[in-house]
Amino acid sequence: MRQLFSFTGGVKPASHKIESNRGVVIVAPLPNVLVVPLRQNAGLPSRPLVQAGDKVLKGQTIAGPGGSISVAIHAPTSGTVRGIETHAIPHPSGLLAPCVVIEADGEDRWIDRKPIDPYALPADELRARLRDAGVVGLGGAAFPSFVKTQHGPTQRIDTLIVNGAECEPFITCDDLLMRTQAGQILEGAAVLAHIAGAQRVVVGIEDNKPEAVAAMTAAAGKRSGLPVEVIAVPTRYPAGGEKQLIRVLTGIEVPFGKLPPDYGVQCFNVATAYATARALLHGEPMISRLVTVTGNVERPGNFEVRIGMPIADLVALAGPKADTDRNLMGGPMMGFALPTLDAPVVKATNCILAASKALFPPPGPEMPCIRCGACARACPMDLQPFEMYWFSRAKILGKAQEYHLFDCIECGCCAYVCPSRIPLVDYYRFAKSEIRAREKEKDAADVARLRYEFRLEREERDKQEKAAKLAAKAAETKARLAEAGDADDKKAMIAAAVARTQEQKAEENPSAE
Amino acid sequence: MLEALLVMALGSVILGGALGYASVKFRVEGDPLVEKIDAILPQTQCGQCGFPGCKPYAEAIARGEADINCCPPGGEDGIHKLADLLGREFKPLSGEHGIEKPKSIAVIDEQTCIGCTLCIQACPVDAIVGAAKQMHTVIASQCTGCELCLAPCPVNCIAMVPIPETIDNWKWKYPVFDVRKAA
Ligand code: SF4
Ligand code: SF4
Ligand code: SF4
Ligand code: SF4
Repeated sequence: MRQLFSFTGGVKPASHKIESNRGVVIVAPLPNVLVVPLRQNAGLPSRPLVQAGDKVLKGQTIAGPGGSISVAIHAPTSGTVRGIETHAIPHPSGLLAPCVVIEADGEDRWIDRKPIDPYALPADELRARLRDAGVVGLGGAAFPSFVKTQHGPTQRIDTLIVNGAECEPFITCDDLLMRTQAGQILEGAAVLAHIAGAQRVVVGIEDNKPEAVAAMTAAAGKRSGLPVEVIAVPTRYPAGGEKQLIRVLTGIEVPFGKLPPDYGVQCFNVATAYATARALLHGEPMISRLVTVTGNVERPGNFEVRIGMPIADLVALAGPKADTDRNLMGGPMMGFALPTLDAPVVKATNCILAASKALFPPPGPEMPCIRCGACARACPMDLQPFEMYWFSRAKILGKAQEYHLFDCIECGCCAYVCPSRIPLVDYYRFAKSEIRAREKEKDAADVARLRYEFRLEREERDKQEKAAKLAAKAAETKARLAEAGDADDKKAMIAAAVARTQEQKAEENPSAE
Repeated sequence: MLEALLVMALGSVILGGALGYASVKFRVEGDPLVEKIDAILPQTQCGQCGFPGCKPYAEAIARGEADINCCPPGGEDGIHKLADLLGREFKPLSGEHGIEKPKSIAVIDEQTCIGCTLCIQACPVDAIVGAAKQMHTVIASQCTGCELCLAPCPVNCIAMVPIPETIDNWKWKYPVFDVRKAA
């Protein structure tokens, strides 16, 4: 048995997992119109490859990677492309963004699916296939998975950690996936390990999910070859944070500013491992996912949903209650309120949580910070939340950064324990986006400075060239003078020049006479 | 004739040498304080501060000849930073140099543009492309919003358009929970 470690801080909120944990996957009906945003992964948005009127098949590539950190996007069903339209997407801003809108033909006809033998192909080829199948991290961050299987020359990946902790309250989609698809998850994890060059796989699951642990352990027992360990870890939020899970399972502390591959590990979510298996072993790109719909609804549960389904339609399947006052995407700790349910389900949508005043009573008024230090004790990243809060609130952003603001994972533990009910994470989000914007402005200013200096230099050069031409002309005159040789001639020329200037002066300045 | 050529050649050698010397000398004497001030200024190069560009303004501040509140594009934020750097008192933007406006970029109405190249000559960062008698276009990512191209345009076809909020430049707002609750 593996020795387990513990991470600092953390909290134990009520788990609320029973409500949605009905043990079955409900397949959501195919919507008539699907809205597939071009921006679905962390990094650069994808580049559309279709136009209005195009007929597409289920799984057909409709957008290619838009940069080195970007993946492809696929048609979630067969139908006709209505166009590339700006549409609401699930984003805290409520702003519109370009989406491929597809009218379903109802036939749901697949492309020609081509499974491959990943163990017969080189790692680079497999990474390209993961990218072209649109596989991203499904734990919420949607970071392109193929990038995470790479590592720099000073890094290595020996241990592949599969994250089945699912520590966020209310959410049960990973639990259900592990209970129903344990074998496929491990197949996918083995492929990811093969690509990354890892020698072992360790699966971490919070011990409040005994069925999932049992299913995964059974599946691991049936495998041979690559060693796979399934470990139940103590239930404590945020055990599913990447650095926290690594710490618990391996004892490795990944310090500020370092990445897991610097220490020989890499972490993938269970749903990402499953998507990898579907993509490479079955030739099915990432076009659907499990989404938990829970909270203030009549029939909470887990739905298999096509990417692009309107969230309003999805919530309708669960029977929303009348007193719902907002809907969160994600859980109560890390989720954000959706400005509109018009937005579609995207790859990062793991949960829709309907909230009401009864379910989440509004917190009392915010009080001043009493510097009690509860937030620092709860912080799993060993930060000093009250200092970061103080400087973010005062907009002294440089100082907030000195307190490692960018290592904050926005887990919400600090705000959860704060006796003064300060919405700490809101201040961190504000400060982070402000700093990012300023850095962008700074970069733009640097470019402008260079371009301006370049222009000045060019103008200076032009001036010099003109001056050089003038100097050359003067020299030529002088040379001609010299050629003239004869002193009298010279004198005559000089006299003529003097006369000319005097004439000119007289003309310019007649009153001087 | 040969002599003339020699003189020319010599001239260019001397000039080149002088240029090179000047650049070396300039670098040696590059005032670190000026650089630091210049790094805070927004590099819009608009001249609203009364100096022909951000660097000259930076130099004037360093010499103590200019106040720190003369740059409208830098706004209050920039003044705060300058005050911090120089250990001076913050003071609000002086009204005579202009007001802080939302960040905008120039857009040329290509239907109306007559291709006179006057705006190209005015743009301090070469953000406008186009040839004589061809319509011109502003490269949005390089435009600093200095407005210097507006006045020279003989047909008034350049307009300043505020940069719209998109998913890319959207920012989390400053939390206002307490205020809302008090209301
Ligand atoms: S828990 Fe709240 S009151 Fe206590 S130090 Fe942290 S921010 Fe201040
Ligand atoms: S939100 Fe940030 S500061 Fe607060 S506990 Fe989590 S990591 Fe620490
Ligand atoms: S006002 Fe500001 S941006 Fe404009 S030239 Fe002067 S320092 Fe530069
Ligand atoms: S395009 Fe006009 S507004 Fe933009 S930087 Fe050039 S001169 Fe200034």
